[in-house]
Amino acid sequence: MLDKNGIAKRIAKEVKDGYYVNLGIGIPTLVANFVRDDIEVEFQSENGILGMGPFPLEGEEDADLINAGKQTITALPGASFFDSAMSFGMIRGQHVDLTILGAMEVSQHGDIANWKIPGKMVKGMGGAMDLVGSAKNIIVAMMHTNKAGQSKLLKNCALPITGVKCVTKIVTNMAVLDIVNNSFRLLERAPGVSVEEIKKVTQGDLIVKGETPEMKL
Amino acid sequence: MINKVVQNAHEALHGISDGMTLMLGGFGLSGIPENSISELVKRGVKNLTCISNNAGVDDFGLGLLLQKRQIDKMISSYVGENAEFERQMLNGDLDVELIPQGTLAERCRAAQHGIPAFYTPAGYGTEVAEGKEVRDFNGKPHILEHAFAADFAFIKAWKGDEAGNLIFKGTAINFNPNMCGAAKITVVEVEELVKPGELDPNFIHIPGIFVQRIFEGKNYEKRIEQRTVRQI
Repeated sequence: MLDKNGIAKRIAKEVKDGYYVNLGIGIPTLVANFVRDDIEVEFQSENGILGMGPFPLEGEEDADLINAGKQTITALPGASFFDSAMSFGMIRGQHVDLTILGAMEVSQHGDIANWKIPGKMVKGMGGAMDLVGSAKNIIVAMMHTNKAGQSKLLKNCALPITGVKCVTKIVTNMAVLDIVNNSFRLLERAPGVSVEEIKKVTQGDLIVKGETPEMKL
Repeated sequence: MINKVVQNAHEALHGISDGMTLMLGGFGLSGIPENSISELVKRGVKNLTCISNNAGVDDFGLGLLLQKRQIDKMISSYVGENAEFERQMLNGDLDVELIPQGTLAERCRAAQHGIPAFYTPAGYGTEVAEGKEVRDFNGKPHILEHAFAADFAFIKAWKGDEAGNLIFKGTAINFNPNMCGAAKITVVEVEELVKPGELDPNFIHIPGIFVQRIFEGKNYEKRIEQRTVRQI
């Protein structure tokens, strides 16, 4: 079973040379820590930066330089700043190669829910609906089950959805899956996790073919 | 040169009244028009509709207007950092319209550019699309979204000149340029107001034609919401 850093580490392997990548809040933010340093990648933050760098050193924080999670960041050489309309032009116009975001639920049809729990949590969708509405390549980073131990990989989302038929891949603490023919397809299992255990906590239809290899981290 | 300078926030807010619709720049607390917000609090205008990506925090930014119950309706994309906001919303005291962030930006830009409406894929198949026209382009469904109509836009820029030409800094840029000229009156506060000719025309983000009033702001707090540092 992986922890949050393990999930981020596995997703980092999906980041390829020359990619522009948008990272969501939470586990996705951690992905930047694990990207190979022999490839060139630029991180986009939708509040207006391409070429986002690591967090600043103490004393170098700048209120005019934050990421989408409102954390202080730095800008790498070659970075650029731009307004919100242009930022979402990059996203809607499919200029961003890879989008990594968290989710509360994913359905076997590729629908995603991550913005609202009716009557309980109403924080808003931020840029998530624009991202999932347009991005070509969307990887979801999340735990396989919620705090009550229930599956987050469902036949249909129960929560209000953020977007339809948009998720391409899911990396959880237990498995890597993609979506084919309106089903989850198991691609890899986390170290020490059996196929049976994954089946038990996957409510949606699950395709398992042959031996499922263990993740290489 | 057409001079856009007003002396202070008080003069800049001339003509503001209860029930107006306002646009306010900023992402989180970064790039918010601190001086104009203070002046709105001071004047006590109420029943406002505010278009702004976020709603500030409890004791800063738009949170200051929420505390005083000056806002009737918020149009935002993300409001998660404000407990007072959540309380008023769940109580039904505050009307909230949550819209996708890119749609929010584009509805500002459309108003700025004289485009009445546009189609976007964002929100298709979700609550956001309810009641909206859907149309397929290249086999993909899109929803119709309209330009905003606002009375005042309150903008924060880094530097500006007396002609209203503006330069923004870092990610404090965010929604600010998109809101310039998107309302009947655009009020800009800058950290540094300079004479015409001091800003290089090659590096102007927003030309002065989109600006009606500009002033040099005072006492910027520029609060950081999530101070995050790395260890060496």
